Amino acid sequence: MSHYQKIKEPLGDRVLLIFLYVLLAIIAMSVLYPLLYILSSSLSSPKAVVSGQVWLFPAEFSLRAYQSILGSSQLMLGFYNSIVYTVVGTLINVAFTVLMAFPLSQRGMPGRKYLMILMMITLFFSGGLIPTYLLVKDLHLLDTRWALWLPGAFSIFQVIVARTFFQTSIPIELQEASQIDGCRDSRYLWSVVLPLSKPILAVMTLMYAVGHWNAYFDALIYLRSEHLFPLQYVLRNLLILNAVDPGMLANTSQRMRDQGFEQVLKYALIVVTCIPVLVLYPFVQKHFVKGVMIGSLKG
Amino acid sequence: MAQTWIKARRSWELYLLVLLPVLYLLVFKYIPMFGVLIAFKDFNAVDGILGSPWVGFKHFENLFASPNFPLLIKNTLAISFYALIAGFPIPILLALALNEIRTGFFKRAVQMVTYAPHFISTVVMVSIIILMLSPHVGIVERIFAFFGWSNTNFMGEPGLFKSIYVWSGVWQEMGYASIIYIAALAGVDPSLYEAARIDGASRFKKIIHIDLPSLIPITVIMLILSLGNVMGVGFEKIYLMQNPLNQSASEVISTYVYKVGLLGANFSFSSAVGLFNSVINLVLLLVVNFVARKVSENSLW
Repeated sequence: MSHYQKIKEPLGDRVLLIFLYVLLAIIAMSVLYPLLYILSSSLSSPKAVVSGQVWLFPAEFSLRAYQSILGSSQLMLGFYNSIVYTVVGTLINVAFTVLMAFPLSQRGMPGRKYLMILMMITLFFSGGLIPTYLLVKDLHLLDTRWALWLPGAFSIFQVIVARTFFQTSIPIELQEASQIDGCRDSRYLWSVVLPLSKPILAVMTLMYAVGHWNAYFDALIYLRSEHLFPLQYVLRNLLILNAVDPGMLANTSQRMRDQGFEQVLKYALIVVTCIPVLVLYPFVQKHFVKGVMIGSLKG
Repeated sequence: MAQTWIKARRSWELYLLVLLPVLYLLVFKYIPMFGVLIAFKDFNAVDGILGSPWVGFKHFENLFASPNFPLLIKNTLAISFYALIAGFPIPILLALALNEIRTGFFKRAVQMVTYAPHFISTVVMVSIIILMLSPHVGIVERIFAFFGWSNTNFMGEPGLFKSIYVWSGVWQEMGYASIIYIAALAGVDPSLYEAARIDGASRFKKIIHIDLPSLIPITVIMLILSLGNVMGVGFEKIYLMQNPLNQSASEVISTYVYKVGLLGANFSFSSAVGLFNSVINLVLLLVVNFVARKVSENSLW
């Protein structure tokens, strides 16, 4: 806006605007503060944490908790398992989502409407926890990695998002041109549609991956063997059920344990678990926003 | 008819592509749907789902007669409606406030910070709550002590459970939930603002008369979805937040289904509870959608 167009804002407007700035600053700080507090506590000495010296910055800087975490085989195994579940699970999710969404986006395919109904019904009726559990049990998937990959092979929400994208963002002329050149449907999907859908594939991959990384419920229900537990399930035992891995306390003196080393350990565990997601987050934030927006388009 | 047949034959590759996902739907979604039959049977592992004897509505009658039943319903509904009333308007207000701020560092920073907690896992979220509220060493207790207020064992107090659950949820989700409203506000026709400006409308009036009405369609949709889900209170967070002290306020239908069904191996009864829950949910969704369509012309379908 150039200077001669500028109309001075009335007092009421300026007051409202200042109020909004202050309000948003307070909201942002109240979200940020607990996160900073956790980070600082994890970097402080047990004594400082327990005696309440930490308010915003680390007191008596210490990396002991992080050393203990690296020394815990249980946690490292959890990390490894979570990475396996996330990578394979996300690959399955994305493949299934594309395989479902692409045919649904093809207007020329008879029966498309029935496929859609077949899928949508499952949104409104579901067998629920027990019948699904019994099915997984009958398929002999209990206590295997497949139990965490197969029962949620794709999300209907993501299929609808992808279908909407295929329908609205890929010009129909491309399909006509490739059909004239004798291109089959699968080749068209692979060579034309997928390269043009990179943004939506990125969003989908991220959402599925975060979902796998953060999930504990399926592990709680389907897994029994300790060597299969994902990180979140291990964390639940450590953080919420207070079952601290003895290996993590091996290098600490009795005095440190008395001083609340476990408290600091918990803060450090939280930080370590969130790091993979939070490090990626600033780079992918705008993709997530885009994903929500495409999902909100009706149709 | 013949033409459809030709088209279908020409699309054989599409059917091949969709085969795997459809098989998945049939096996992992439709078989459990029929597995729900065990709610009307006395399931035992030897006879399987089909072989177990029918018992009609016995499990439902037991559920309704159970002394736990009123408490379960009360807790489920109370937590849902509390979460809805507290959690629903805040993202809208946040979106309205952010919409007034010029794009720049401050706006981007606020958005980035408020979206971030959405990506924290349930396990970590609940650990944060417990750590923050833990007696003697938690930050909340220290803040209370700083102001000279008395301390309580927050997680062990049934009266506080619902508030802790709901407000930690607001903390975690308000930013992310506002995205959809911010998107709707970005789509408002700028000529409306110009016209309002020429007519001398204040900022506040613009919010009331332009921004709010333009949010109505998406708000109605989101409200239908939330109301259709009031019986489906999330299992994951509540289950982790439960302890023996706060159980009287924290036991909801989904946690009960898990405990009785999987931990207690009472498959039939637990399926009946789950089925009762989903039927109420479905009916609610249909009713709310019907009412919304009559009243506001906005609906899911």
